[in-house]
Amino acid sequence: MTMLQIENLHATVADKPILKGLSLSINAGEIHAIMGPNGAGKSTLSYVLGGRPGYQVTGGSVALDGQDLLELEPHERAAAGLFLGFQYPVEIPGVSFVQFLRESANSQRKARGEEPLSGGEFLKLAKEKAGLLRMDMDMLKRPVNVGFSGGEKKRAEMVQMGILDPKFAVLDETDSGLDIDALRIVGEGINSIMRKPDKAVLLITHYQRLLDYVKPDFVHVLAGGRIVKTGGPELALELEEQGYEAVVA
Amino acid sequence: MSNPAILPTRKSEEFRYSDIDALAKLWPLPEPESVIVPAGGHFSRAIVQDAGGVTQLAISLGKGATAAVHVLNFGGDYGRIELDVTLHEGADFTLGGAQLGAGSQTLEIVSTVRHVEPNASSRQLVRSVLAGQATGTCLGKVAVARGADGTDAEQSVRAMLLDRTATANAKPELEIFADDVKCAHGCAVGELDAQGLFYLQSRGLTPPEAKRLMLHAFIAEAFTGADDVDRLEQLALNQLEAML
Repeated sequence: MTMLQIENLHATVADKPILKGLSLSINAGEIHAIMGPNGAGKSTLSYVLGGRPGYQVTGGSVALDGQDLLELEPHERAAAGLFLGFQYPVEIPGVSFVQFLRESANSQRKARGEEPLSGGEFLKLAKEKAGLLRMDMDMLKRPVNVGFSGGEKKRAEMVQMGILDPKFAVLDETDSGLDIDALRIVGEGINSIMRKPDKAVLLITHYQRLLDYVKPDFVHVLAGGRIVKTGGPELALELEEQGYEAVVA
Repeated sequence: MSNPAILPTRKSEEFRYSDIDALAKLWPLPEPESVIVPAGGHFSRAIVQDAGGVTQLAISLGKGATAAVHVLNFGGDYGRIELDVTLHEGADFTLGGAQLGAGSQTLEIVSTVRHVEPNASSRQLVRSVLAGQATGTCLGKVAVARGADGTDAEQSVRAMLLDRTATANAKPELEIFADDVKCAHGCAVGELDAQGLFYLQSRGLTPPEAKRLMLHAFIAEAFTGADDVDRLEQLALNQLEAML
């Protein structure tokens, strides 16, 4: 079953073409990695999928589980099962993580016609997912990402993913800013939350090291706004050794 | 406080941004309420302005007395809160105010805080959220008299514009005749952080839900320390929901 189908996607940022005919198909149960040089369009792809204002789709289509993603607002995409792991999670002073996540989870549930989680049910779920990422619950009582280290922000992203339980996650450089231990914890978190037959993941990364923990089924090279090469996990190793230029040429 | 005999015009600094037509209907204003807090005493008041009009309150704080005034200014076409506070030696005054305006409302908080004797402190914090064609004004004057050394006065005024058509006026003013004083003031007018909004929406919050969360956080500081903080917050939240 196809989870994400991207066909001939074109997108611009401030009128500058960034994605130039990107096509990609991801099946349920699969983990794909996208690697590529700086400026290739990796983050643009994640923002276009998330529906960030300012990222203009000029052609092509994206379907999530058969549903046209591009016609949905960002919050509707979340309710449809998309999760976007931010490269730079945003700090929001004064808004507590717990409150924000409970409202988010319940807003998604409402959009899907499900019953809201009670305070107790939510806290239980949050505790479980925080534990999975070895994150102290006290941190989730603090304002969203405020005063968090780079690594804590990325772990908090994974806690959010665990709580929101998406069908499909785009993780934009979730490995950047992580030390060796945190990288392992985050890698194991991704596996335990998303490595399931009815879910799929698109990992955007610069480095091979996250892929030691989260084994991709496919590795793609994104360059110049399109996928220029696709292979198995060995492609990531090849890139690490020889660099993008040698592999892509 | 204004001279009760003559309707002010916009040439008068304290009414520069006022809705004079609305004011004319209320004129002449009744005598301002006057509160005298004796030495060592405490006074607290929450002013909820939910139907329009002018509220005037004069407070005189005796030696070592304290006062906390919290204001939620959101009702009617024209809502004005005027405070005139006099601090004697070692007195302490706190103002926390929030104004929530939409449509063509004009909302104002105008304060004059007089440090007439040494070692008194005052903290004033006002947060305004303005939508539509609303105008929100905060004029805060701190006057430090000769000899009022050791004065510690702080003013923080911030406004959030939800639409480009809304207007915020912020004017902190200092008049200092003493040497040894600490007076801080800051004001800022801005819009909701677009990155933050997208982040919240990407987790499933609708645009109004995301805005409400951020705006709630923005105004929450204004009610810190209020006796009935829960009631003020709930009233403010209801109004924010209606605005979004």
